[in-house]
Amino acid sequence: MYVAVKGGEAAIDNAHAWLAEERRGDPGTAELSVAQIREQLALAVNRVMAEGSLYDADLAALAIKQARGDLIEAIFLIRAYRTTLPRFGGSKPVETDKMACDRRVSATFKDAPGGQVLGPTFDYTHRLLDFKLMADGAVPDATHADALAQDTPHIMGFLDREDLIQPEPAGDDTPPDLTRTPLELPADRALRLQSLTRADEGFILGMAYSTQRGYARNHAFVAELRIGTVAVEMDIPELGFAIEIGEITLTECETVNQFKGSKTEPPQFTRGYGLVFGMTERKAISMALVDRALRWKELGEDDLGAPAQDEEFVLYHADNIQATGFLEHIKLPHYVDFQSELELIRKLRREAQSTHEAAE
Amino acid sequence: MNVMTDQSADRKAWMSLLAKAPAADLAQLWASVDTPDHHLLRPPEIGGVMVRGRAGAVGATFNLGEMTVTRCSVKLTCGAVGHAYVQGRDKDHAVTAALVDALMRTDRADAVRAAILTPLAASISAAKAKRAAKAAATKVDFFTMVRGED
Repeated sequence: MYVAVKGGEAAIDNAHAWLAEERRGDPGTAELSVAQIREQLALAVNRVMAEGSLYDADLAALAIKQARGDLIEAIFLIRAYRTTLPRFGGSKPVETDKMACDRRVSATFKDAPGGQVLGPTFDYTHRLLDFKLMADGAVPDATHADALAQDTPHIMGFLDREDLIQPEPAGDDTPPDLTRTPLELPADRALRLQSLTRADEGFILGMAYSTQRGYARNHAFVAELRIGTVAVEMDIPELGFAIEIGEITLTECETVNQFKGSKTEPPQFTRGYGLVFGMTERKAISMALVDRALRWKELGEDDLGAPAQDEEFVLYHADNIQATGFLEHIKLPHYVDFQSELELIRKLRREAQSTHEAAE
Repeated sequence: MNVMTDQSADRKAWMSLLAKAPAADLAQLWASVDTPDHHLLRPPEIGGVMVRGRAGAVGATFNLGEMTVTRCSVKLTCGAVGHAYVQGRDKDHAVTAALVDALMRTDRADAVRAAILTPLAASISAAKAKRAAKAAATKVDFFTMVRGED
């Protein structure tokens, strides 16, 4: 059997030319600029930065435009670009306790020092379509009020001081990096957190939701959710000291979960942690829940056989670029593979038929 | 890398400011300064830095994801060397930041501070204050409804 392995060049070129035309849409409608996407579709840009694992809003906006709004395709473009960048180094761990918070809420303490700051949230909107947005128009200025001068303290710090929450062992070792060394199991928490923060939002949301519905039951309180900017600091070898190399927006979620205790140790709350690039609240909460579920072994809990406890299942299926790459490849030519299957099934049918005829 | 002298603390502060400054703002301020004769020790280069976080905000470090950074080093004819690591992929931003860093190590430092660093710091802190003020306006004031028990 001969199968052509070349061809289709003209068809591919024509397909791509048509793609460019379709991407542009009706030329009578004004073309979107990258700056418009960056400024007005900021949450899509944030998702592409988080899952593309590269903080650069202009590039993420460009990717969204190029991908016609297909965010997974945009993430793919960013991941591909990321691999071309020389790595200058690793930053110092960001200090989220010094975050300039746009939003900071606690579901556990009403009167948390620093207060409940709602920020630019969709919460409490009525989810009714706003037809005013179909018309051009100026937006009224947001209200201003006097801001507190000091940093907003982490809620967990208060529980920690009373010894009510399991301590978080500090460590400054260089963490493992799954972009440099393939992810192997068992994965330590650093590797799990890296994997979760760049994981597909939908997948992580589904996994987190499963824990809420009772799979590896772990009732979580959002002790704190904060969104804002932090400085990124890195040691510069030619200077001999560290400087801030930029500022990024992050979403951080800390959950308080049910106790761990034993005959010798009094019960303590346990923690889940989510930290994600950009304003990505749903993802950060989901990450904290899944992080907590995956910690069952180190916390001495039982394996309840829940999907969210299974690190192989979670970590090996959470990356939407890996998943889409394998999933979508099946639409590409498999002519030879399929020809052999065809041959086989015809042969089996012939054999079955002759056995049947012989029996008659 | 441990003890930070006043001089290096000062340099850290202006390099950090230049790294975070919007490229357009820096370019606008730079237009008023005479560009010194210089050559590029390291032409502007775009790269990535792996940003790290801590588990539970205070625990062991983990890799969060990369950010784009452009770096550049220049040497003025007077011998002063300037370095820059700036956020994003704007090569002009990196060159200008390195030139400012170099000039800050010459006798033009005071003039450059007044022309570039001070207005840049002022506009950045004004923008931050404006954002903080908007956040403060969304702070919840709780009140308890009067219970009708009497």
